[in-house]
Amino acid sequence: MTQLALVIDLNTCVGCHACVTSCKEWNTSGEAGPMVDRNPYGAEPTGTFFNRVQSFEVGEFPHTQTVHFPKSCLHCEDPPCVPVCPTGASYKRPEDGIVLVDYDKCIGCEYCSWACPYGAREIDEQQKVMKKCTLCVDRIYDESLPEQERKPVCVLSCPTSARIYGDIHDPESEAARAINESGGYQLMPEWSTSPANHYLPRRKVNIAIHEEDLQRADNPLRKEDRGPRAPTTRTTLDDSTSW
Amino acid sequence: MKPAISVLLLTTLIGAGQGLFLAYYSAEWLLLLNILPATQGDYGGEAAGLSFLLLAAGLAASFFHLGHPQRAWRAAAMWRTSWLSREVIALPVAMALILAYALMKLTQNDPVVFSLGSGIPLTLSMLAGFGAVLAVATLFVCTAMIYACLKFLRQWHSPLTVLNFLLMGCASGFTLATALAALSEDTRFDYFSGMAIMLTLAALLSRYASLSRNRRLRSPSSLQSAIGVHHPRIRQLAQGAMGGSFNTRAFIHGYGAALLRLVRRGFILLAFVAPVVLLLAAHPATPSIFVIAFALQYLGLLAERWYFFIEAEHPQNIYYQMIS
Repeated sequence: MTQLALVIDLNTCVGCHACVTSCKEWNTSGEAGPMVDRNPYGAEPTGTFFNRVQSFEVGEFPHTQTVHFPKSCLHCEDPPCVPVCPTGASYKRPEDGIVLVDYDKCIGCEYCSWACPYGAREIDEQQKVMKKCTLCVDRIYDESLPEQERKPVCVLSCPTSARIYGDIHDPESEAARAINESGGYQLMPEWSTSPANHYLPRRKVNIAIHEEDLQRADNPLRKEDRGPRAPTTRTTLDDSTSW
Repeated sequence: MKPAISVLLLTTLIGAGQGLFLAYYSAEWLLLLNILPATQGDYGGEAAGLSFLLLAAGLAASFFHLGHPQRAWRAAAMWRTSWLSREVIALPVAMALILAYALMKLTQNDPVVFSLGSGIPLTLSMLAGFGAVLAVATLFVCTAMIYACLKFLRQWHSPLTVLNFLLMGCASGFTLATALAALSEDTRFDYFSGMAIMLTLAALLSRYASLSRNRRLRSPSSLQSAIGVHHPRIRQLAQGAMGGSFNTRAFIHGYGAALLRLVRRGFILLAFVAPVVLLLAAHPATPSIFVIAFALQYLGLLAERWYFFIEAEHPQNIYYQMIS
């Protein structure tokens, strides 16, 4: 069975919010209607988002690291939000495992948001229905797009390739490989919701720098030796240019 | 969790309505079996009518909770998995049966269906009432299970939630029945008031048990498990929204500990202690005291339900510790 999901590499996420803005742009322009904002340019801007980036400081100064943490619906394999929905508006697609909301059936009772331990669902204040990440279901199957663009827009927009998209049940997929080979983990495993989205942990990267690397000892032309001559007493035109 | 006013009204109103029906229906059986003395005027029909009105008022209040009330009929669809859906079915069924019972009583159009072994006549209204008892019991379980089935909200995820809803609904219903009996000089007054006292004390005991259970609860989730970084010192710098979000508005109440303590003591006093004292002290010749007892208990139960929401700590709050 296919389970489409995102794998988010916390080691490479720089917290630029490109995934947040591109997600909002794609999904607010779609046929499902706008994701409305209140006070977008005022003092207390708020609105509906499917994806947000949070930031955490880990450790104690000066030994701290900033962890940027993109947060969206995790498309749980055992989604607690689905069975509680009284109308069946909330459902998990058997064919690809995406958890979706049918906006035409949703009565806006907010019960599913109570049942989600991650707070991944938001009520849209204007449309009064529950909304959440759709994994860009209106993109990933769109055959009018070039094949390499049939991915969630947050994945395409990420400048550091911190977001990997694929079928995590297919061991050969890039997403499953990332989980298996780079220590992918799930959020709040204690609730056994089995989130499909995984996160890759922070890793320590050490670079060994040798003296000869800095000296360019292997440079065959020895360009350093042909540098500008020692300055004369007068300022020459050569001083303001470099070779 | 932030309390939703419409849900507070729904659960307290239908609780009192269900309890009131159970009070009068059980009294009628006791009368039939000659356990209670015969009474001169029977106001069972009127009481069931009032019970119906309370349930209807609760149903009306629940619509204000919905973003799309015009689609409310869809909520009956998923009764196989959703307790909310089951409640949506059980409530109108209970209302219909209680209304049928009330109308048969009020119009005195109540044929005897058959007689029990010892010559006790069983009327159609008694049969409808029996169905209503089943519906009312189902409704109590459904209403409470909406909260008790959410395993992440550990303060709610307990059989005590179901017991509390049942006992508090019955207690307020029997207190209301006591007030009605005092007003109508009904001889079943002693039965109602005795039951009201016992149910209120039982509800106090059960609510106290859940309060002390909740005090000892520790969340299995932490910031470490929430973001998967295993370091003892993690501090949130930004939650991804500057002016708050649905997550901060719906789940974080922001009330101080002093107010919560006040409400906790207040609801214990209003919903449990005051009604018992008034029921014990007052004489049936002064019915207004019993109306006050019910009013105080209802206000207390509203505060109790408010506190019930505040008590529940949603794990998603871990992700929203600081706004920036």
